Amino acid sequence: MAGSGASPSFINNLGKIYGLYTGAFVGVTIVLGIMEQLGVPNETIGILFVALTIGVYALIGYISRTAQVAEYYVAGRVVPAFYNGMATGSDWMSAASFISMAGSLYLLGYGGLGFVLGWTGGYVLVATLLAPYLRKFGQFTVPDFLGARYGGHVPRVLGIIVLMSASFTYVVAQVFGVGLIASRLIGIPFDVAVYVGLLGILVCSMLGGMRAVTWTQVAQYIILIIAYLIPVVILSAQKTGIPLPQLMYGRALQEIAALEGKLGIARAHSSAFVDATGKFSMNEMINFLALVFCLMIGTASLPHILMRYFTTPSVREARKSVGWSIFFIFLLYFTAPAYAAFAKWEVYSNVIGQPIAQLPAWVAKWSEVAGLLTVKDLNGDGILQVGEITLNNDIIVLATPEIAGLPYVVSGLVAAGGLAAALSTADGLLLAIANALSHDVYYKMINPQASTKVRLIVARVILIGVAVAAAEVAKTKPAVIVSMVAWAFSLAAAGLFVPLVLGVWWKRTTSAGACAGMIAGFGICLFYLIGTQFYGMPLWWGIRNISCGLFGLPVAFIVTVVVSLMTPAPSKEMQDFIDSIRVPGGKVKHVEAIKVE
Amino acid sequence: MAQEKSLSKEQQAAYWRRTSTLMWTVLALWFFFGFVIHIFAPQLNNINIIGFPIGFWFAAQGSLIVFVVLCFWSSSAQNKIDEEFGVTED
Repeated sequence: MAGSGASPSFINNLGKIYGLYTGAFVGVTIVLGIMEQLGVPNETIGILFVALTIGVYALIGYISRTAQVAEYYVAGRVVPAFYNGMATGSDWMSAASFISMAGSLYLLGYGGLGFVLGWTGGYVLVATLLAPYLRKFGQFTVPDFLGARYGGHVPRVLGIIVLMSASFTYVVAQVFGVGLIASRLIGIPFDVAVYVGLLGILVCSMLGGMRAVTWTQVAQYIILIIAYLIPVVILSAQKTGIPLPQLMYGRALQEIAALEGKLGIARAHSSAFVDATGKFSMNEMINFLALVFCLMIGTASLPHILMRYFTTPSVREARKSVGWSIFFIFLLYFTAPAYAAFAKWEVYSNVIGQPIAQLPAWVAKWSEVAGLLTVKDLNGDGILQVGEITLNNDIIVLATPEIAGLPYVVSGLVAAGGLAAALSTADGLLLAIANALSHDVYYKMINPQASTKVRLIVARVILIGVAVAAAEVAKTKPAVIVSMVAWAFSLAAAGLFVPLVLGVWWKRTTSAGACAGMIAGFGICLFYLIGTQFYGMPLWWGIRNISCGLFGLPVAFIVTVVVSLMTPAPSKEMQDFIDSIRVPGGKVKHVEAIKVE
Repeated sequence: MAQEKSLSKEQQAAYWRRTSTLMWTVLALWFFFGFVIHIFAPQLNNINIIGFPIGFWFAAQGSLIVFVVLCFWSSSAQNKIDEEFGVTED
């Protein structure tokens, strides 16, 4: 598949190629397992896992190198729905989904389910409101659409500003995650691990752009889903006799409820919208629904996701691939609550109430790793009480192989899965940012005469620049990064959702309306975030600032509609353009005055 | 893409009406399973099936299953509309 466009034989044999790849990966894991039994030390197993998987991603990245603009930006538009779904799955699921989400569900119980709901439901909006129309439009980036639909550089630039502010902090968090996993897994210092991770990210994306990222993301999805499912499937089989954790954790929930009564825990795992005392709280309910809303709309507005639907061969395939995307994401998300429940069952039954000298081996092991798990005998009675153990979000997934008593090779597998999740998301984000700069800023606004060769050189230089910038920021371990990632969804929702959706669904939307709406929505969101986070501004109606999109989105919508109605309707040409992207067949009727390729 | 397909103004409007109806149907279901049903989670949690309090189950799995089905269903329903109006690609 090197050189010019992907050969049909490659596309036709995808099933065979990735089937073989999956078999080889399972084989390697088994070999490493045997090596472990023969006495090869854990560190060696860990290093082999990292080196082998990153090596494979690098190889795919190298084979997929390209010298063509359409290959670089949209993978030549040949990616079948099924594989685009897998690629979107790993593009979407980050280190946070893979490693931290089950832990959040453990700690928050029902309250954490807002993430599970919010991070899946948004795809329904992508499928019906956006993906097919963006695919029909058929350019390279999301700002491209804003530029063509609303004309001129202002909407394009506003789109780029929103994209950058949502995606950059997000990519920093991924590089941070890569560094964390690599340093835990093979014991290299964090600063070095960040650059090892960076290398892993760049080898996938630099030579082949979207094309290389697509085919590595498919490979990364396969690893991450195997790594996520295996430990909990085995744990379920051990605890309940049936290896279907998604079905069997009902039993764990029952046990938890019984143990909660015995241990005197007021805030029950399954109770909805309760405060710390276990009583119903209206504020909790409103915040839960607000979070779900912002995460869903944010999902449908994040450019690194939307740009994946530019890569399918047709509108029909784009639609179908949203279905596959949510299916592959669903496989992980509907398993996460099982992870949380089985871990809680274990902790409540085998850890709490036990003599501290005789805690299970996994507790002792992980309490050595700083910040993940701490046990303190506060009342000095030698027995572990509920309040004497603190768990970090990340511990649940990382410790499950040991809870199940599995050999180290499974822990290595989980780490490789976490690495795949972080790398694939970082790649997608990096490409979204770098493409906005190289395609939208450089080519569309600064130098429209640039040759293909120059464009691709600029694209790669910017890619490296953004990657290094992200690594440098990640190295400082900014404390605020975790909250900033959550904000990305609200910011994208407030800034991009309205101009994108109304651009397709309401012909009357004018350029002035869209620009004013973006500024107002994004502005309100940012104001609320910064005010409440850094200047002690009181919360509006008790809404936490993670859900600031709840204010930004309606403001964006109302301002867009009002300003649009106050300005002259879009030209006949523009209306024809909109008509042409609404139907799958036929040519896109671009507006003459707005230059497109 | 094959030859230019052009719909008359009326056909275009009818096509978009059908597409919009489908869109609103999907959004109504999305809204119900994304938000409305969870408002009743405390009450639904009183029902318990194979260990799952139903309010919890909908937020953890039930609504997710609906979302997946909804995406596949809406894509095939839209394809049918496209075929009916002869506006498919190629």
